[in-house]
Amino acid sequence: MLTTPPPRIRLDERSRALRELIVDALVGGKRGHVGSALSLVEILRVLYDDVLRVRPKEPKWPHRDRAILSKGHGCLALYAILADRGFFSREELVRQGRAGALLGGHPEIHIPGVEASTGALGHGLPIGVGLALAARMQRRSHRVFVVTGDGELDEGSNWEAALAASKHRLENLVAIVDYNKLQSYGSVDDVLPLEPLAEKWRAFGFAVRECDGHDVGALRANLCDVPFERGKPSVLLAHTVKGAGIPICEHDPVWHHKASFDAAAGETLRRSLAEDSG
Amino acid sequence: MRKAAMQSIYRLAQRDPRVVFIGSDLGAGTLDEMRETIPERWIMEGVSEANVIGMAAGLAMEGFVPYVNTIATFLTRRCYEQIAIDLCLHNLPVRLIATGGGGVYAPLGPTHMAVEDLAIMRALPNMTVVAPVDPFEMERAMDASLEAPGPMYLRIAKGGEAVVTGDAEFALGKAVRLRAGRDVAFVGTGVMSARALAAAELLAADGIDAAVLHVHTLKPLDVAALEEAVRGKKLVVSVEEHTRVGGLGSAVAEVLAERGAGVPLLRLGLADRFSRDYGNQDHVLSVAGLQPVDLRERVRERLLVGAGV
Repeated sequence: MLTTPPPRIRLDERSRALRELIVDALVGGKRGHVGSALSLVEILRVLYDDVLRVRPKEPKWPHRDRAILSKGHGCLALYAILADRGFFSREELVRQGRAGALLGGHPEIHIPGVEASTGALGHGLPIGVGLALAARMQRRSHRVFVVTGDGELDEGSNWEAALAASKHRLENLVAIVDYNKLQSYGSVDDVLPLEPLAEKWRAFGFAVRECDGHDVGALRANLCDVPFERGKPSVLLAHTVKGAGIPICEHDPVWHHKASFDAAAGETLRRSLAEDSG
Repeated sequence: MRKAAMQSIYRLAQRDPRVVFIGSDLGAGTLDEMRETIPERWIMEGVSEANVIGMAAGLAMEGFVPYVNTIATFLTRRCYEQIAIDLCLHNLPVRLIATGGGGVYAPLGPTHMAVEDLAIMRALPNMTVVAPVDPFEMERAMDASLEAPGPMYLRIAKGGEAVVTGDAEFALGKAVRLRAGRDVAFVGTGVMSARALAAAELLAADGIDAAVLHVHTLKPLDVAALEEAVRGKKLVVSVEEHTRVGGLGSAVAEVLAERGAGVPLLRLGLADRFSRDYGNQDHVLSVAGLQPVDLRERVRERLLVGAGV
């Protein structure tokens, strides 16, 4: 449990704009994982703006870096940045989850820019191990980034994958943990404690770094500097806030998912977002 | 049959650079020759099936054709969600080479007996499910697997099986007629097709003419061959080394019912319970009444009842 109030999250214009897109998608689709998306915004923004070698108009470009959002329920943040970067049109955002829509409640491979269908937790890292191993076997230089949740780390498959990544010395594999300290029911500390998390990853053979997952500069500095250590897979523990940037959602597990999200709820969130930026 | 399957992986790897072998902590010496000559595509992982399947998916996404081998129960039950999502939803060409299908590991108890593997694999979209009857057919199935689209489950039986397919042509999804017959149609899969063939020969001495259709590919099922095989018969008998829930018998029942075939079906397989016994595979089949003499007896009973005697 957090014992001291965390510092206020300051958003720049781009981070606010991406959150506006997420609220648009929530209102349009009338549902979605709210807090789980909001904690991811800066991580994904830095990945897609500054780190990943990708071509939005050529999503299957063979030399692209591979990125998997393993915590697939955070997909609204991914959709926002993919739409913003032009992988698909912004109009798709507001149709999310509707019959016939491109975008659903979890990312799937028919969506341009989505590398693997996720939603069931604990699948991204094992797939990432295979992708990274394949890149090395084919002597290709692209990297593999896997974004996981913290609650997701309850799944044992992640730790099987961590053992394998370390054994194979996959320095082209980077895991990023969206460490927002809350899972569906409540705090990670109460549901299934993960600490000491950095030491666990280190013990599994990863090079570990930690940073504020809403500090764009810190994220950029770390993610542009992979591998963190030669011959080892890297993991960045990005300390985040569930619901970040929209104060009424912050630190509150009730915003994990909303199954009926109307225009009024959208207005409430927009006001809260504006209040934060003001 | 196991040797044929494993050697086939090496043979395919020699001729196709996409082929990768992944084992999960298999016996010492497994595919040593491949390990020595193609070490970069010989991968031995730990006892970690969930990761192994995900990893195989990642390799397949990049153009490799991974052949994953371990004991059938661990390859199916432990990592079912990985198979469903990583392999089937993404429709990737990963081959699950399952050692010890059915009662092969009976001496090791129910934790090692893969008796519902065909049912749960069959339930997954995009999955091809294959259970060869003998080592020759296993080799041909392995050859066919190389270019097949999507994921595939191949069930390996014990080893030392008599060859019954001979020169029969092999095509995935095409059932093999092992014997023509007028009165009864046996429909078998895996090693049970050989026992059905032996039973048909016993029945011939009783004046009962039984056909045998060998369904090596349980999915996609060769519906046309099945319809052809049951046409005009007094009885259809499905035989499988597998629970009677959801496997070959269920697949045959679905077709016969939906097509209104109007022919009675006797579904023979293992009882819907965990084994409390040990002994070898033949013992398991004897207890379940699946040996040729048992099959003969069951057919005779049914035909006599059917005739109102």
